Amino acid sequence: MSTDLRPDAVAATPARNPALRSRRQLPRFAPTGLFGLGVLLGAGLSAATGFSLTLTVVYGVVLGTLVLYVVARRVEGGRKAFDRLVTCLVTCAFGIAMVPLVSLVWTVLENGVRRLDGEFFNSSMLGIVGEGGGAYHAIAGTLIITLLTALISVPIGLLAAIYLVEYGTGRLKRAITFLVDVMTGIPSIVAGLFAFALFALFSGPSIRLGIMGAVALSVLMIPVVVRSSEEVLKLVPNELREASYALGVPKWRTILRVVLPTSIAGLGTAVTLAIARVVGETAPLLVTVGLVNGTNLDPFDGRMSTLPVFAFYQLTQPGVPPEPAIDRAWTAALLLIILVMALNVVARLISRFFAPKTGR
Amino acid sequence: MTTTDAPPAPPRPRRRPGDRIFAGSATGAGILILVVLAGVAAFLVSEAWPAVVAPAEDIPGGDGLTAYIAPLVFGTLLAAVIALLVATPLAVAIALYITYYAPPRLATLMGYVMDLLAAIPSIVYGFWGIAALAPALVPFYGWAEEHLGFLPFFAGPASVTGRTMLTAGLVLAIMILPIISAISREVFGQAPALHREAALALGATRWEMIRMAVLPYGRSGVIGGAMLGLGRALGETLAVALVLSGSGGITVNLIGQSNPSTIAANVALKFPESTGIEVNALIASGLALFVITFAVNMFARWIVNRRADFSGAN
Repeated sequence: MSTDLRPDAVAATPARNPALRSRRQLPRFAPTGLFGLGVLLGAGLSAATGFSLTLTVVYGVVLGTLVLYVVARRVEGGRKAFDRLVTCLVTCAFGIAMVPLVSLVWTVLENGVRRLDGEFFNSSMLGIVGEGGGAYHAIAGTLIITLLTALISVPIGLLAAIYLVEYGTGRLKRAITFLVDVMTGIPSIVAGLFAFALFALFSGPSIRLGIMGAVALSVLMIPVVVRSSEEVLKLVPNELREASYALGVPKWRTILRVVLPTSIAGLGTAVTLAIARVVGETAPLLVTVGLVNGTNLDPFDGRMSTLPVFAFYQLTQPGVPPEPAIDRAWTAALLLIILVMALNVVARLISRFFAPKTGR
Repeated sequence: MTTTDAPPAPPRPRRRPGDRIFAGSATGAGILILVVLAGVAAFLVSEAWPAVVAPAEDIPGGDGLTAYIAPLVFGTLLAAVIALLVATPLAVAIALYITYYAPPRLATLMGYVMDLLAAIPSIVYGFWGIAALAPALVPFYGWAEEHLGFLPFFAGPASVTGRTMLTAGLVLAIMILPIISAISREVFGQAPALHREAALALGATRWEMIRMAVLPYGRSGVIGGAMLGLGRALGETLAVALVLSGSGGITVNLIGQSNPSTIAANVALKFPESTGIEVNALIASGLALFVITFAVNMFARWIVNRRADFSGAN
């Protein structure tokens, strides 16, 4: 055995031992280059059979992966080659997933900017046939109903989160935690049907009110608020609470004066994200609030318009001629995306600027 | 000489009225959530009951409630299963890419982007599906009918609008992709660094490290995430209502012209024009959906929570 450790024996091993030969590596640029070569081959193949972009990408990716795998297998051995294959596959899967998402944003932008003008924000659909008209009534309705939803959901959600973190013990806490998790998955349409069933029981089946929509959305929003504020409250260090108790501060004042101010940034983020979740919900509003052409700002009296429902009906029942209505629908969809993105950005800003200086 | 607000004995925090009120309202809010959940079930049952006891010929379709709901349940499950089969592998790949392959700065950015995508309203996905995806898939459906027609899924005749079950499933897949990948990303990121470094130190390639140290650790998280995605896909309404032209009965033909509708889409499309017993029938189908999603979500949470001990918060 010891003779094998002599320098000349070790130096001689690589030639004989195939396991050590696999230490040879492709240079850094080689994987990209080889993949590119495969893509070029794929482009050639697709050009030979009548050029199309889709086929080029498909052939190119398949061939590129194959070329890289084969070469890596010859040079670096099976294990490294498989590693490169997986890297290729994972990156390609990521690319594949990005395609529809980019396409989505692009489609909505392209179709939506056509009617993104002053009239869209300033006029309702009252007496509008064909061109013109706008979504003032729908925007106002969405804002009112979302505000009502937040007014219902935030206090209940926050208090429930406080219960779970500060007070809850035993079986009730476990039950609430579990059911809140499950409640997060209630289909939005079921929430809508619930609100309808609730109000229909007292006021008959033809009732449509803004507040019904707010109740339906609250069913969706409360669990989100609870879940995320619970996470935030858990982050508050126990030392802060204990320091406060040690100074003789009662528990409720500790929560109000120490725990909540410490976590205010996280709570703001949580609430904003929860609002972003419900602001685009369509299905519950479709069955509870309905649609109306004029402007109705009173959520306790009759149908209201909301942006998602407005977009839905403008697309599915455009009337004659259909183009102006379809354009309005796309613009409403674009507005929805902008609204959601803006809320997300606001949430990030809140968590950045209002974060406590002593946190974590 | 003592100050008036310093009591001689340390007070028990629980006995102050402020405390009692605050603790009471917090507990009340928690219990209210349970009440709401019970209320959802109770009110749905009460409004669905007339359809359950109604004679069979009064239900839309004329064959009773079971015959009315069965194709819808089938369509709901079919669309959701397609979505799950397509989305799960892609989502795992995305999560792996973001956690272990992408450069760190790009990975953070990608995390934000995926979170944003998860927040896009479902109706927008529906708009995109009807305007961009469905027309783009029509040539593929023609090709599939011609070359894969021996499979029952592609039996054809292929739809000329592209508004088929497969399209709906794909739209749903894209919608649940961010959800599954977000949860997978979280569990992959939590895989113990010591295990990963040990694997690498023993000479494992990156894939071997992932297979040995990350995937076993993240498996239940991925399953739980997939189940949550399934729950979302089952209950998704507007995207399906817009994309799918649902009319037919039970069929596994994914590219044909007549497809079974889904529960949620059916409710959204029929509800505004329905009256009387039709409304009760729709609510009964909604109750079925509630039961299905509730079961799926409970199962998912049970799986995810088995891993909760590892998260180590507080």
